[in-house]
Amino acid sequence: MQNNLYNLLFFPELILLTGSLCILLLGLFIKKNNFSIISNLSTILLVLTGIVTYIDRNTSFLNFNNFFIESNFIKFFQLLVIFGSISVILISKNYYKDQKLVFFEIPILILFSTFGMLLLIASNNLMAMYLGIELQSLTLYVIAAIKRDSLKSSESGLKYFILGALSSGILLYGCSLVYGFTGNTNFDDIHSVISSLEKIELGLIFGLIFILVGLAFKISAVPFHMWTPDVYEGAPTSITAFFAIVPKVSAVALIYRFCLEPFSSLYNEWSQIIVFLSIASMFLGSIAAIRQTNIKRLLAYSSIGHVGYILIGLVSFSDEGTKGAAIYILIYLFMNIAIFSILLSLKFENKYIEKIEDLSGLSKVKPFLSLSIAIIMLSMAGIPPFAGFFGKFYIFASALNSNLYSLAVFGVLSSVIAAFYYLRIIKVIYFDDYKSTNYENNQTNISKFILIISILIISLFILFPSLFTSLSIEASKGFFYK
Amino acid sequence: MIISIVFLPLIGFLYCIFFGKIFGDKSSQIISTLLLFISTMLSWYIFIQYIEIKNTEIYFLFNWITSGSFIVNWAFRVDALTSAMLIVVTTVSFCVHLYSIGYMKSDKSISRFMSYLSLFTFFMLMLVTSDNLLQMFFGWEGVGLTSYLLIGFWNYKESANKAAIKAFIVNRVGDFAFALGIAGIFFIFGSIEFDIIFEKASLFKDHTIYFLGFNFSTINLLCFLLFIGAMGKSAQLGLHTWLPDAMEGPTPVSALIHAATMVTAGVFMVARLSPLFTLADTVNIFITFIGASTAVFAATIALTQNDIKRVIAYSTCSQLGYMFFAAGLGAYNASIFHLTTHGFFKALLFLSAGSVIHAMHHEQDMRKMGGLFYKVPLTATMMWIGSLAIIGFPYLSGYYSKDIILETAFFSSSNIGSYAYFIGIFTALLTAFYSWRLLFLTFHGETRVSKENFVKIHESPLVMLIPLFLLSIGSIFSGVFLSEYFIGSKENEFWNSSVVIFNNHYHMPFSQILLSKVSVSLGILIAVLFYFFRKELAANLASNFNFLYSLSLNKWYVDELYNFLITKPFFALSNILWKNGDKKIIDEYGPNGISRIINAFSSYLSQFQSGYLYHYAFVMLAGLVIILSWFVYF
Repeated sequence: MQNNLYNLLFFPELILLTGSLCILLLGLFIKKNNFSIISNLSTILLVLTGIVTYIDRNTSFLNFNNFFIESNFIKFFQLLVIFGSISVILISKNYYKDQKLVFFEIPILILFSTFGMLLLIASNNLMAMYLGIELQSLTLYVIAAIKRDSLKSSESGLKYFILGALSSGILLYGCSLVYGFTGNTNFDDIHSVISSLEKIELGLIFGLIFILVGLAFKISAVPFHMWTPDVYEGAPTSITAFFAIVPKVSAVALIYRFCLEPFSSLYNEWSQIIVFLSIASMFLGSIAAIRQTNIKRLLAYSSIGHVGYILIGLVSFSDEGTKGAAIYILIYLFMNIAIFSILLSLKFENKYIEKIEDLSGLSKVKPFLSLSIAIIMLSMAGIPPFAGFFGKFYIFASALNSNLYSLAVFGVLSSVIAAFYYLRIIKVIYFDDYKSTNYENNQTNISKFILIISILIISLFILFPSLFTSLSIEASKGFFYK
Repeated sequence: MIISIVFLPLIGFLYCIFFGKIFGDKSSQIISTLLLFISTMLSWYIFIQYIEIKNTEIYFLFNWITSGSFIVNWAFRVDALTSAMLIVVTTVSFCVHLYSIGYMKSDKSISRFMSYLSLFTFFMLMLVTSDNLLQMFFGWEGVGLTSYLLIGFWNYKESANKAAIKAFIVNRVGDFAFALGIAGIFFIFGSIEFDIIFEKASLFKDHTIYFLGFNFSTINLLCFLLFIGAMGKSAQLGLHTWLPDAMEGPTPVSALIHAATMVTAGVFMVARLSPLFTLADTVNIFITFIGASTAVFAATIALTQNDIKRVIAYSTCSQLGYMFFAAGLGAYNASIFHLTTHGFFKALLFLSAGSVIHAMHHEQDMRKMGGLFYKVPLTATMMWIGSLAIIGFPYLSGYYSKDIILETAFFSSSNIGSYAYFIGIFTALLTAFYSWRLLFLTFHGETRVSKENFVKIHESPLVMLIPLFLLSIGSIFSGVFLSEYFIGSKENEFWNSSVVIFNNHYHMPFSQILLSKVSVSLGILIAVLFYFFRKELAANLASNFNFLYSLSLNKWYVDELYNFLITKPFFALSNILWKNGDKKIIDEYGPNGISRIINAFSSYLSQFQSGYLYHYAFVMLAGLVIILSWFVYF
């Protein structure tokens, strides 16, 4: 019992939950300067959660009746989510102050959302999964619309809410179908039922499709991506950063686990869907981005494209593919943190950078920032020696090893197209005519530090690839031992 | 030690290119020359040590490429052949470095020049020390690159740029064949390391390979490809056209690259692979034929050229022909011996010519010289020594090496051997003629320089004369001292089977010795007659045999022939393909077309993102329905 209590106390999700509630209460009582205190406290809480998550707790006593499980894969992604949330809070502090968006609710909403994502990654039951998804989504709806006096922000929040409700409905319907055909909601039981089935009912496949569509909405895979550009553009940039970085990671983790654990024996069925989503996302992400002038919209399309690549790793259906996806998403995280830390602090003529052409004079006055953006863009385009290349490389290599030649070819083609708009940003920064060089950078020291670290990781990855690949190899073990 | 020999020039290059601008041109000159001096001393040390120990050693550096069974290492191989080449390359290179300090004194980019020279030396040393074909190819391409850079060194001159490009492209033809040969060797032998190739070579003696419907003898095919590579680099008949044009580069470059070292790389390669080449009987006939023909062909052109450097360039071409036919007849040691002595006297001739050009303020036309002997006595003496060496004056270096080649040709019983022998004798006559013609036109007789210019002519500075002295010592004595090891009684132990040796030492009958001596003397006599006593004779002869004269003056119209046969049709074809094929079809439907489609598609997709909620929901549901119906119907 004592042992059990001990574990209960150190259950990271519980720590996060109780901590957030306490901070929420505290926020109500602190009158002055409550935003920065709360956000500092939130950071500390997240760091604490991260540490507890990191410490091995393989003796899982309390899993709420097998609602949640643990594995290296889950731990890896949970840590990424926590790390992403911490970074987002840190890099957006100056932005909130500058924009007078000092609601102490924001960090707390982020905490709740993170809590939802941790649950969602670790869920081992359709109900737990739905619970996690809703918890994170509800908070996301709110923070997308947090800038109440802005038409765009409210509009994007509303759009996201309605479409999210639609997708939740689809997802729930899928869950009910799966439950109906297998009689179980637990992932392990579903897996054993399906593998013992002689004939796969169409209804079960429909259930799978509905759930995958619901999840595809969360990772914004084409054609369920429509909300992404609008929400990215409409929401305040700090919220966009959160959208781009964190929920993606958790949803990708879930879609991997969902396909590889309960439905691994339906590979033939779900791989068709994923291939479709993957190719459509890669191409739409690269083609539609070409015409964008708003840098946040551009990043939205870019993230759609990245999701397409990550899904290739899933279709590879091998340790290598999972490893590639894990490393890809790790690199994706760093690249996005780096680019958003710049967007959240760089001002052109007293307004935060929104348009690509606003960057045209940057190289004349801010050489370091220009170089950073150039490195991030080259890395996103997948040009060696930067980290982005290796992400793509591992993914494509896994596809080739699984004989998915056409998928690899499509991936390479679309990344060629995508290279155009990444390189165009570099061209704008370094070569275009400029009207003024009235730039201002109010980056905090800690945000600068995060930027520098990310840039170093992106550019020096080539020297120490094993540092990260060993992490991802560790994470990807265990799916295919059966 | 071998590592420092090879890499010291590289350090020199890096210093000059990166720090030359910062610390000044003087420092580049001093450091690169000093490093080369150390390299030279070490090479001589290795050579002398080798004479005592006679031990083939391989120094492994590190693994380069491992791909399946294809394993390539960076390794140095030191044997007789390498150590002989080392002294030639480093000594000449050192002399040229030193000489360049004086010659390039008023140039704008001295550091760049010195860096290229050092880089060239590095690549050349890589080439001669390599232990496998790929490393050799690395050096081979490297010297090609630096040769290109140095020919076009004065890049403001259009002719220099054109010559550089020409040299590069003509060499490419040879390199292509060489690369094919390397691939073929790997295909047949499963390795590109020399030891393994030589070990297995005899096993494949009668092996044939089926290619394009014919059965080729494998060894012959491979050797043929390799020899084409050697022909390109060593400017043999057919691929020789780049060498005379390469004289557009500064004269020290001509001495180093286009006389003493790089152009002999082809000969070196054939000698290095001699265990393979001896088995290729058909190709040997071809090599002998090409070598002998080049020898006489280039010599006839040298007779009438007026540019002092071009005379020497064609003479180089001709001497390389000698080396090749010696190699073709199986006397690889004689070939390398001639390479060594030729390296010294040809570098001497070039540098002396450079000294004359320097004295004449960059005038290269011999018709505008004459009577310079008392103005530049030291240079003239050096030129005399070089010329005497090249025509084979007794006991100078050329005497030994050319004699052994003629002797080989005389005693090889085949038809092609006799052909080579008579060509060799005739070419010796021509060589004597054009060498003396050069001497007379430049140094003797009445001057054709205008009075005010004649006064200004001066002897070159000491820094340019010292290399001349060093090389003249080599030209005089290298024959005497080295002949015993290279071709004489100690040849077997010296070469230690690093090259195949032609072993028969009879003495030529007296009549034949007389024949060769007489032909040389005849050449000298004619030259004396034409250019010293009866000066109108040359002009008369030229007008009477106008056809032959213009044939020689215009280099047998080979350039024009190539222009007509290859360059012009090629240009026309590329123009058509460029304008119609590339621009109208590929660009239009390829890159431009695709980007236009993508652009249009992109704006279409952007319109799709209408902002209306019901559109978005519709797209989502449509996507869902499409996926569902896919599973229902398929």
